[in-house]
Amino acid sequence: IDAQLWGDHGQEALENAHVCLINATATGTEILKNLVLPGIGAFTIVDGHKVTGEDNRAQAATELLQELNSDVSGNFVEESPDKLLDNDPEFFHRFSLVIGVQLIESTCLRLAGVLWNAGVPFLVCKTYGLVGYMRLAVKEHTVVESHPDNALEDLRLDQPFAELKNHIQSYDLDNMDKKDHSHTPWIIVVAKYLEKWYNEHNYQLPKNYKEKEAFRQLIREGILKNENGVAEDEENFEEAIKNVNTALNPTKIPSTVQDILNAEGWKNITAQTPAFWVMARAVKEFVENEGEGKLPVRGTIPDMIADSEKFINLQNVYREKAMQDASVVSKHVESLLQSVGKVCVYKSKKKCKNAAFLRVVRCRSLADECSVELVNKDEITSCMDNPDSEMVLYLMLRSVDRFFQQHSRYPGVYNYQVEEDIGKLKLCVNSLLQEYGLNVNVKDDYIHEFCRYGANAIKMITHQFVPFNNTFIYNAMSQTSATFQL
Amino acid sequence: VVDGMTFSVMAVDSGHGGNARDWDGRWNHVQKFLERPGPFTHPDFEPSTESLHFLLETCKILVIGAGGLGCELLKNLALTGFRQIHVIDMDTIDVSNLNRQFLFRSKDVGRPKADVAADFINRRIPGCNVVPYFKKIQDFDESFYRQFHIIVCGLDSIIARRWMNGMLMSLLIYEDGVLDPSSIIPLIDGGTEGFKGNARVILPGMTACIDCTLELYPPQINFPMCTIASMPRLPEHCIEYVRVLQWPKEKPFGEDVPLDGDNPEHIKWVFQKSQERASEFNITGVTYRLTQGVVKRIIPAVASTNAVIAAACATEVFKIASSAYVPLNNYLVFNDVDGLYTYTFEAERKENCTACSQVPQDLKFAPSATLQDILEYLTENASLQMKSPAITATIDGKNRTLYLQTVASIEERTRPNLCKTLKELGLTDGQELAVADVTTPQTMLFKLHFTS
Repeated sequence: IDAQLWGDHGQEALENAHVCLINATATGTEILKNLVLPGIGAFTIVDGHKVTGEDNRAQAATELLQELNSDVSGNFVEESPDKLLDNDPEFFHRFSLVIGVQLIESTCLRLAGVLWNAGVPFLVCKTYGLVGYMRLAVKEHTVVESHPDNALEDLRLDQPFAELKNHIQSYDLDNMDKKDHSHTPWIIVVAKYLEKWYNEHNYQLPKNYKEKEAFRQLIREGILKNENGVAEDEENFEEAIKNVNTALNPTKIPSTVQDILNAEGWKNITAQTPAFWVMARAVKEFVENEGEGKLPVRGTIPDMIADSEKFINLQNVYREKAMQDASVVSKHVESLLQSVGKVCVYKSKKKCKNAAFLRVVRCRSLADECSVELVNKDEITSCMDNPDSEMVLYLMLRSVDRFFQQHSRYPGVYNYQVEEDIGKLKLCVNSLLQEYGLNVNVKDDYIHEFCRYGANAIKMITHQFVPFNNTFIYNAMSQTSATFQL
Repeated sequence: VVDGMTFSVMAVDSGHGGNARDWDGRWNHVQKFLERPGPFTHPDFEPSTESLHFLLETCKILVIGAGGLGCELLKNLALTGFRQIHVIDMDTIDVSNLNRQFLFRSKDVGRPKADVAADFINRRIPGCNVVPYFKKIQDFDESFYRQFHIIVCGLDSIIARRWMNGMLMSLLIYEDGVLDPSSIIPLIDGGTEGFKGNARVILPGMTACIDCTLELYPPQINFPMCTIASMPRLPEHCIEYVRVLQWPKEKPFGEDVPLDGDNPEHIKWVFQKSQERASEFNITGVTYRLTQGVVKRIIPAVASTNAVIAAACATEVFKIASSAYVPLNNYLVFNDVDGLYTYTFEAERKENCTACSQVPQDLKFAPSATLQDILEYLTENASLQMKSPAITATIDGKNRTLYLQTVASIEERTRPNLCKTLKELGLTDGQELAVADVTTPQTMLFKLHFTS
């Protein structure tokens, strides 16, 4: 049933994935649990720590996680990530995703470098007291079916394609019996009244509020009246009036998709070009030729008051056009592949229907984030205009890493350390701010709070792989969160 | 540090607080929050070593629901240190639950969720004492609910939420119009649907309750009857037609055999008939999976959304039980369809909330209006949204049932009253009507005002 959410494609991708988790802590195992349950293909846990007693943590975690889903294949490596990086860094190249939990800064940066160059997405997770932190580092992550919640419909009322025009013409609202009139889909109603409007307004769409209101009134006047001149109850006309606002939006390519179609890096297709970019290029060629500046028609319409026949017929007009457009895009894909000596193997039709939902996420590397020259000073300082912004938690996490580097332990682990560590941690905060030239104020309260935590992890939020870009901070004290691009 | 899933039973006899079940350092992580002062703690917070004892031994939590949210909640609460946990769930385990309700295995299918969940937690987390109830929340009364310090809901039904909300309202004690704070039982409510979820903290009598914010809940998908009966357009309409009209008419598996969404034979029958209906109207898209989804009213669920919301709820339980931090004030919305998004705000109390405002509710109708009109108002009004209200009134000194739907014989007897006018029924201006409904454990009183 969950596959209804991410579809069969998504489920397939999930089942082919092999995820590596480094450190089977509470947070780490929680993350894996949420990947194992829906059916990830395989996981490998890398952990050199021991559970008190005999069992290695990696092994214990693997066995327990396996219980959750027998279709998933679980493996473990009883080794610290540093050792692996020393002896066999290519070990990590085989994974679709590496999740690093509670890593110390030096290990984290080493690993990030290896993974960045190998093109393996890296998700860093830290929980510290009541603060959760996630950082995604992936050069480029492409999303074909982004399933946005409230996407606008693709109705083409401002630029109806030929088949839609013909279909609209087949209706004669002024000469229909009452039943048909009341069960005509609102899309047709709007289209018909738009024609009337065009005649009186020089073929210009209603543009501002005043004009849209006038247009709504035009439709309202079209509602049938009974013999006493009182308006009948025509729900389809009410729907038409309600939808005027969005139905008349000019058809255009969303800017996110424009960016993808115009992406520089993939102008030339080679045999190595990933499928997503071949598709993007094919869509671009469609837009520039058969599409006449528009994307392939999406082909779906919302449900609306109408009798079955009228609705199905209208739906089919959109559906068939969508299939036609998808075929054309497919042909572009085929010829592009042929031109570099490859044969088209995968099914492109489904992907074409969602051309408006193509997304690319590019994250900066950890190396850039931490480099003095390339640090995102603007983002940090502008967020810190509010000294209680979640950004302060990010700065505290960085400072705590610094503390660990200097003292080989986290602040405030033991009660007697808390007082003294507040001072020491403050020094770390100041040296961090100075090194990066950040002119911001970190309130003492936060320094105190982080000493209070004593490196503890009350398990927090956990996630499946979601392409946020690129840093997510969760504050359980206030139950708020924020995403930053660092 | 306690590593939940990876920890096997390891009882070391050194005890913190003399408890042989607690090995050295077992509660270190929690203690740091309870025994250390800090800048963001609740104003009333005082660091103390007794808080841990309260958390472990005394604090009694009730978890409602042992499904997607419930499993996560039980795990989180048990790992945090709560030991007196009670859980209510009226369902048994289905194979479709196994991909996220991780306390259950395939061998448990058919057994009550509450029982299996309690077993799992009690065995995996030494010292924890989860008490299960394979019952409905309506099977318990005030004396049961009064024993808990905090109640956490992981329900999938708005009706059940409203009932629970009403129950906690009925426990409130007012003295001379002033609310006695010791009668307040905080309610933490979590809900999820696909990639979306919410968590909220309700302090009955003090903050916004479930009914105060009824419009925040997405409208339930109920297709209009005329669409189902004569003008289907979507595959869902065809399936609903078979479920609502054809099954009761044809009784394919025998007299009095209700449609069971878990019975593959039943679903197969509905699927076939839905396809036939669909082809009559040239509708495509009827699949077995969709049929099952519509019949069972399944809302697709994701393990991680439940994890997020349960974590937020458990955090609030901890904050309230320990006073360590200021609780969420008071509504958190979560969405991870596109990136990660949370939004926190303070839901406001409704001045005339039907559940928590103690403001008498008015009904304004003309004496020529019918009982049916009142019935429709009670079910369709956005703030009331009752399901099958039963209306009684005192007429000529006698208590009379005007209409009751839930008992077939009484429904038949009182049905003629629906067409009668309020005047004909003997109702007078200013009189009280008592209304009972599944959405509230207490009868609601309305005052009838005649309009001209």
